[in-house]
Amino acid sequence: MKKLSLMSLLLLVIRRDLVLAMRRRADALTTLIFFVMVVSLFPLGVGPEPEMLRKMASGVVWVAALLSSMLSLGRMFSADYQDGTLEQMLLAPQSLSVLVLGKMLAHWMASGLPLVLLAPVLGLQFGLPPQSLGILMLGLLLGTPVLSMIGAVGAALTLGLRGGGVLVSLLVLPLCIPVLIFGAGAVEAASSGMNYASHLLLLAALMVSALVLTPWVTAQALRISME
Amino acid sequence: MAINWFKYSAPSTFYGLAGKLVPWFAVAAAILFAAGLYIGFFVAPTDAVQGEAYRIMFIHVPVSILSMFIYLVMAGYAALGLIFNTRLSSMMATALAPTGALFTFIALWTGALWGKPTWGAWWLWDARLTSELILLFLYLGFIALHASIDDPRRADRAAALLAIVGSVNVPIIYFSVQWWNTLHQGATIKFTGISMHIAMQHALLTMFLACWAYAVAMTLLRVRSIILERERNTQWVLDLPELKNELV
Repeated sequence: MKKLSLMSLLLLVIRRDLVLAMRRRADALTTLIFFVMVVSLFPLGVGPEPEMLRKMASGVVWVAALLSSMLSLGRMFSADYQDGTLEQMLLAPQSLSVLVLGKMLAHWMASGLPLVLLAPVLGLQFGLPPQSLGILMLGLLLGTPVLSMIGAVGAALTLGLRGGGVLVSLLVLPLCIPVLIFGAGAVEAASSGMNYASHLLLLAALMVSALVLTPWVTAQALRISME
Repeated sequence: MAINWFKYSAPSTFYGLAGKLVPWFAVAAAILFAAGLYIGFFVAPTDAVQGEAYRIMFIHVPVSILSMFIYLVMAGYAALGLIFNTRLSSMMATALAPTGALFTFIALWTGALWGKPTWGAWWLWDARLTSELILLFLYLGFIALHASIDDPRRADRAAALLAIVGSVNVPIIYFSVQWWNTLHQGATIKFTGISMHIAMQHALLTMFLACWAYAVAMTLLRVRSIILERERNTQWVLDLPELKNELV
């Protein structure tokens, strides 16, 4: 058997997960439609006054992104768990952390990246100025991977449980609150003319720490869940 | 004579020890509560800035300190259970969680009661209050995760991992008043000295010890129930005098 380098292993796992996601495009699309619907519900609920909408735009888009990410987390490990592939991954001689990192990245590309691309359009719906739209997009670009990665820990802990998506959300949302605070805060700071770089840098720091720490934690969680 | 340091590491032996310790801590808690509340409400002088409203500090500060401390102790026991595969450590972690959640809730509630007369608001989204609220969610998540897994060993391990991951929040709560521009008061008790009247210090210390004794008593009482529930099929449980009357 050909010996795989870590990078080619990573790319193999990412490609496999993306191919599987493409075969079930409806799953990713429903998450996206949920995102758009939640964002559209807020103006209907609080009234269409433009100034108020512009103020709450970043918060609404971020909360909707958080909720959509929570919804799509169940898909990360459940299919592989049910057909036995996950067990093979745990038994494989390669590093489980690398395999898990590949799954996280593929999940982000299928669920998080579309949110990032769609966010400016929704921001326009709320009347955000172009510079704020750019910072919103950049913040989401840095923040959605963190949501996927921390969510993976929650998904691994609750593998196969009857609690469903709600339990994962209960576990993961408190840990994702800093991402929300800094992401929405960056846009708020930009619209009031203050320095937003610190918020984005903290988001980047969160992403890098998650990138380093969460694959190993998720691997441990998978081993606990798959005894 | 060699000391067996691990004599009480088994549920069967610890059950008896916990049973003997509970009354001591409960009585100590009651006495310390009475003394602390008396000093806090009647002996300590009126505050120069806040008047009489500050006296809720004698409940708010001890329970807040303990809410963070209990989380760290819980995560510590959970880590012990995960690393050394000991049942009793995980049982202690499970026993600590409800008490910790209660203290966090009381901290948030008394904080709101204190905030209304002094800040003018029941709640503010500043760093310390928000991170304490996150702590409450972390406790509830721990309890929920443990409750939703049927296999007790898998439940122990999964909840332990969650507790350890969440313990990063506790330093954030503690240092939030230094890192952020927040309305919440900074630290009064520092290594360089305490800028508070001596009677207030006495009341605060007494209330802190009272809450600590209460937490220990409740946790030991709860862990006894958990031990009975988890070990119900063992011979030593069936031989217990308190159960023998039930089973006859």
